[in-house]
Amino acid sequence: MLHIVVCIKQVPDSREIRIDPKTNTLIRTGVPAIVNFYDLHGLEEALVLREKYGGKITVVCMGPPPAEKALKQCISLGADQAILVTDRGFAGADTLATSYVLAETIKKVGEEFGPVDVVFTGKQTLDGDTGQVGPGIACRLDLEQLTYVEKVVGIDMEKRRITVHRHLEDGVEVVETALPVLLTALKELNKVRRAPMPGMLKAARYKPIVWTTQDFPNLDRSKIGLKGSPTIVAKSWVPEQKTVNTEMIEGEDAQTKAVSLVDKLWQTDLPTKFGWDRPAQA
Amino acid sequence: MAEEANKQPEQKPAAQPADDMPDWSAYRGVLVYIEHRDGVAKSVSWQLLGQGKKLADKLEVDLMALVIGDNVKHLAEEAIAYGANRVFLFDAKELKSYRTRPYSRASMKVIHEIKPEIVLFGATATGRDLAGAIATHLPTGLTADTTELDVEPHPSRLLLASRPAFSEKMMATILCKQYRPQMATARAGVFEALPRDPNRQGEIVQFEFAMNESEIAAKVLDFIQDQSKINIEEAEIIVAGGRGLGGPEPFKMLKELADELGGVVGASRAAVDAGWIKHEHQVGQTGYTVRPKLYFAIGISGAVQHLVGMQNSGIIVAINRDPDAPIFKAAHYGIVGDLFQIVPAITEEVRKRRGLSFLQEETAAAKSTTNEEGGIRV
Ligand SMILES: Cc1cc2nc3c(=O)[nH]c(=O)nc-3n(C[C@H](O)[C@H](O)[C@H](O)COP(=O)(O)OP(=O)(O)OC[C@H]3O[C@@H](n4cnc5c(N)ncnc54)[C@H](O)[C@@H]3O)c2cc1C
Ligand SMILES: Cc1cc2nc3c(=O)[nH]c(=O)nc-3n(C[C@H](O)[C@H](O)[C@H](O)COP(=O)(O)OP(=O)(O)OC[C@H]3O[C@@H](n4cnc5c(N)ncnc54)[C@H](O)[C@@H]3O)c2cc1C
Repeated sequence: MLHIVVCIKQVPDSREIRIDPKTNTLIRTGVPAIVNFYDLHGLEEALVLREKYGGKITVVCMGPPPAEKALKQCISLGADQAILVTDRGFAGADTLATSYVLAETIKKVGEEFGPVDVVFTGKQTLDGDTGQVGPGIACRLDLEQLTYVEKVVGIDMEKRRITVHRHLEDGVEVVETALPVLLTALKELNKVRRAPMPGMLKAARYKPIVWTTQDFPNLDRSKIGLKGSPTIVAKSWVPEQKTVNTEMIEGEDAQTKAVSLVDKLWQTDLPTKFGWDRPAQA
Repeated sequence: MAEEANKQPEQKPAAQPADDMPDWSAYRGVLVYIEHRDGVAKSVSWQLLGQGKKLADKLEVDLMALVIGDNVKHLAEEAIAYGANRVFLFDAKELKSYRTRPYSRASMKVIHEIKPEIVLFGATATGRDLAGAIATHLPTGLTADTTELDVEPHPSRLLLASRPAFSEKMMATILCKQYRPQMATARAGVFEALPRDPNRQGEIVQFEFAMNESEIAAKVLDFIQDQSKINIEEAEIIVAGGRGLGGPEPFKMLKELADELGGVVGASRAAVDAGWIKHEHQVGQTGYTVRPKLYFAIGISGAVQHLVGMQNSGIIVAINRDPDAPIFKAAHYGIVGDLFQIVPAITEEVRKRRGLSFLQEETAAAKSTTNEEGGIRV
C-alpha cells in the first residue's frame, strides 16, 4: 500500500497571455486558469501506481480559494482526497517559501493520514517555470529526489525501492532509490485519462480540506509569503527584437544566388574553422 | 561636517549599500559549477565561465569553478584554461555519476567554506536538480533559467539576474538582497565562452569527499546514451527547416547540406508539430536555445518564439520565398526564392568548392615537393 501525495498548482495558461502593445503590460483578463499540465501527469502516474500497488492519493495545492476548482478536477480524475492550503500570508512566495509551505503541508498530511511514500510534483509550471519547488520539497523533508522522470519502472514493496527512467538532455538514466521519494513528472510519463462520469459526480459534491496558517501551529512566519522569499522581481520589460544588418543576396537564378552566398561564407573564418578548406571526408 | 560638505557641493555622496542590506563582506567571488558526463564537459559550463569572468572582473574578485566527479582533474585544468582563477575539485569514485545527495553535499562544503557571493549553474536537468537542492539547504534565493546576468558594482554588488517570463513575452530582473550567496541557473547557448587558453595559470584546490557508497540510497543502474539524439545545443552549424519544407522528405536535402558543412539539422516548431522531425531538433522557446557559428533558417517565417532560440547565432542565413517574412529582419544574409531550388544549389556549390580547394592543395603540395628536391616533375 502506498500513500502518494501529488502537488498541483493552478496557473494562468501563459500561452494565452498577450502583451498590451500600448502599455507594455500583460493582459491577464480572460486568460483561463488551468491545472499545470505536468502536474496532471504526476496525478496520472499516481493513479497507475495505486492500481498496481494499492493505496491512496492525496492532492495538495497552495493557492487562493479559486484553486479549489483545480483540486476538484483531480478528484474527478480519481484522487482520494484534496487539500487546499490557503492564506493571505502565503501570497508573494518564491520557490523557497513555496517549498517550505508545501513541505510543512506534506508533513502534516503524513501525521494525519498516514506516512507518505511518494510525492509527485510536475517538472515545472507554466507560469513561474522554475522547476525548483520539487527539489525544494525533497530537501526540506529529507526525501530522495529523482527529477525529470519519464517512466516509473516499478517499486519493490519489500525492499521499499523504486526504479525510474530520468530523461536528460543527452540520454536516459535508469536509477533506483529508496522510498520515501519525490519524483518530478514529465509529459512523456503517461497519457492523462479523461475523468469518468462517476468521478465527475463525486467531484461536484466534493469539498477540499482547507488549511490556513492557523492549522500549522509551528509554522515559522518569517519563512512564508513575501517575507520568506529571498528573490525580488525588481523590474520587468518587453524585450526588444535584436536588429541586424541584413544583406539581401540578389541574382538572376537560384544558382547565382547560391554561389554568391557561398562566396560570402568563404570570406569569413568559417572555412578554416570547420575544415571546409580541406576536402570532405569520402 | 556640514561646512565641509558645503565646500564641495559637486561631490556626489559615495554610494552606500541600502540600509536594509546585511553586511555581506565575508562573501566574495563568483563560483561556476562545471557540469559534465563521464569527464566530458557540457559547453554551458565554459559559457558560464565566460560570463562569470565578466561579473568577477566588474566586482574585482576571483572567478572560481567547482568540479565534482571521478577522474576529472583534467576538467579542473580546462576550467582554468577557460578563465577560472581557482578550481575546487572533488575526485572520488562515489562521484562518478551525478546523484543529488553526494553532489549537493560536496557543493555545500565548498560554498560554506569559500563563501562565494554568486553561484551559477547551467539550467540543464542536472543543474536545476542540484541548484534547487543547494539553494534550499543554504537557504538562499535561486533565479531560474536566466538569459542575462550582470552585477551592480561595489558596494551593492547585487547580481542582476534576468529571465524570460510568460512564454518569453516579457523579461524580468530578479534580485536577492537579503541572502548570500546569490544563485542562478542560466540557459545553455546564450553566453559566450572565452577562447581556451592552455597557458593560463590558476590554482586547483582538492577537497576530500567523506561519504561512503553505503550512505547513498540512489544507484545509477544504466545510462542509455541516445545515439540518434543530436545535441543541437552544442552544435556549431545548424541547418534548420520549417513548415515551408512541406513534409518530412525535404529534411534529407537539409541533412545533405548539413553533412557537407559539418553541422546538424534543426527545425521550427511547426515542422516538429507536423511530425516531420523529432522534438530534439526544435529551436526556440519550447525547444532549444542555440548559439552556433552559422544558422540556416530555411522555410521558416521567423516567429518570435523561434527567434528567441536562435538570434544569438554568429551568422544567420534566411531562405524564404516571401520577401516580407520577419526572419529576414533577424538574418545577416537573406535569399528570396524557392528553397527547393536554392538549397541544392548551395550544397552543390559547397561541394564544388571543397573539391576545388582539394585540387589547389594538391597543386601546392606538388609545387613544394618540386622546390625541396630541386628536381623537375611533370
Ligand atoms: C514570471 C515569474 C518568474 C519567477 N521566477 C522565479 C525565480 O527565478 N526564482 C524563484 O524562486 N521564484 C520565481 N518565481 C516565483 C515562483 O513562480 C513561485 O514561487 C511559485 O509559487 C512556485 O514556483 P514555480 O511556479 O516556478 O514552480 P515550479 O518549481 O516550476 O513547479 C514545479 C512543481 O511544483 C509544484 N508546485 C509549485 N507550486 C505549487 C503550489 N503553489 N502548490 C502546489 N504545488 C506546487 C507543482 O507540482 C509544479 O509542477 C517567479 C514567478 C513568476 C510569475
Ligand atoms: C507558447 C508557444 C511556444 C512556441 N515555441 C516555439 C519554438 O520553440 N520554436 C518554434 O519554431 N516555434 C515556436 N512556436 C510557434 C511559432 O509561433 C510559429 O508558429 C512557428 O515558429 C512557425 O513555424 P514556421 O516558421 O516553420 O512556419 P510558418 O510560419 O508557416 O512559415 C513557413 C515559411 O516558409 C516559407 N515557405 C513556404 N514554402 C516555401 C518555399 N518553397 N521556399 C521558400 N520558403 C517557403 C513561407 O513563406 C513561410 O515564411 C511557439 C508558439 C507558442 C504559442
